[in-house]
Amino acid sequence: MSIMDHNGGSVIAMVGKDCVAIASDLRLGNQALGISSNFQRIFPVTDRIYLGLPGLATDVATLHERLRFRLNMYTIKEEREIEPETFAHLVSSTLYEHRFGPYFIEPVMAGMSKTPSGGLKPFIAATDLIGCLNFAKDFVVAGTASSKLYGVAEGLWEPDLEPEDLFETISQTLMNAVDRDAFSGWGGIVHVITKDKVITRTLKARMD
Amino acid sequence: MASADGGAYSYSLTVFSPSGKLVQIEHALAAVAQGTTSLGIKATNGIVIATEKKTSSILIDDSVIEKVATICPNIGIVYSGMGPDFRILVTKARKSAQAYWKIYGEYPPTRVLTQEIATVMQQATQSGGVRPYGVSLLVAGWDNHRGPSLYQVDPSGSFWAWKASAIGKNMINAKTFLEKRYNDDISLEDAIHTALLTLKEGFEGQMTEKTIEIGIVTVPTPAELEEGKIGGETGRPRPTFRKLSEEEVRDYLAL
Repeated sequence: MSIMDHNGGSVIAMVGKDCVAIASDLRLGNQALGISSNFQRIFPVTDRIYLGLPGLATDVATLHERLRFRLNMYTIKEEREIEPETFAHLVSSTLYEHRFGPYFIEPVMAGMSKTPSGGLKPFIAATDLIGCLNFAKDFVVAGTASSKLYGVAEGLWEPDLEPEDLFETISQTLMNAVDRDAFSGWGGIVHVITKDKVITRTLKARMD
Repeated sequence: MASADGGAYSYSLTVFSPSGKLVQIEHALAAVAQGTTSLGIKATNGIVIATEKKTSSILIDDSVIEKVATICPNIGIVYSGMGPDFRILVTKARKSAQAYWKIYGEYPPTRVLTQEIATVMQQATQSGGVRPYGVSLLVAGWDNHRGPSLYQVDPSGSFWAWKASAIGKNMINAKTFLEKRYNDDISLEDAIHTALLTLKEGFEGQMTEKTIEIGIVTVPTPAELEEGKIGGETGRPRPTFRKLSEEEVRDYLAL
């Protein structure tokens, strides 16, 4: 049994029309034993970037603190908020620093990035546990249910979904995937990031 | 104690004189004031930095002398003062820019790189066994946060943003000249001509493409930016700083 699956949990992010969504289950376990049904593994980074950290729970806390530190230093030094692309590289290089003793986390991030013409466009990315970046145009998945998430997302996702439709798509994808995974589930949380606001909703799910 | 050479306080780098001065830093500034004139002008659509490149003998091969240096695709610097010290700072600045790229996947904003160079220069005013850098720098660059920006860094490690500035020999005259010539809506082309005109004021001998070095920062259009993000075939960002070739300098001098 892999250390990556010790605590369970999964995260998914999807691109919509002028919006992005990121969602996760709420389970924290110890192997097959459920410990908590309210474990938050998605964190706000800026007003328009969210970061999901599925993997070993102790590393979720440590890596979150470490990234918070680096991000605060960046924000103070540069006197500006970080852009999603830049943040993705920061996450990647932070993980790669521990190439031979990695954090057991596969981060997923979603945000709205500034375009040169002054607009905002959706951005999602994911990395493996040593920081190999994956910039996807449609969706990214990670965690113990990732193989199931891939399957359902391939079936349900379509381009240019409006925020409400994107919410429905990502919620159904998450719920149906984690129901087929013993280590994920026990409720869910969804953040839909639009140009001017973030919609956060919790999901009720099967508790078995 | 008030002798002309600074007295007993002039030898220890890190000891303040009773009047509150660090004499070695003042001496470093004097070394800069003896160096050749360099100047920078910020325009609406770019920045120009320029310097004179004079050699002590006609036998010196001046084609390999480089006084305007590219640090990364969006930033260039020029100096007045001691050439060898400049070379060290260029190497450190380039390393710093690449280190930044390794973390963030992009090159540093002008202000961040300037701060980094200024930190190196400050450290040389407070460390044992070293002397301050005998150079002042003009740092010109473009980034999508602040746009084009021009900074000056002094041997003390202090730095300021300028619309136009001059360093080195004749800097007082050159600055006065720039104050008269500068306005807020000057174009890059006009700024290049003003730069040459300012250099001409204190120039001894013939101004040619061999004795002048110019670097320019250009502001990319939104369309170029959209394209540049992908990076074309090389995957590298399109440079916004470049040095003018001898042919280009000759053309500007002819006008």
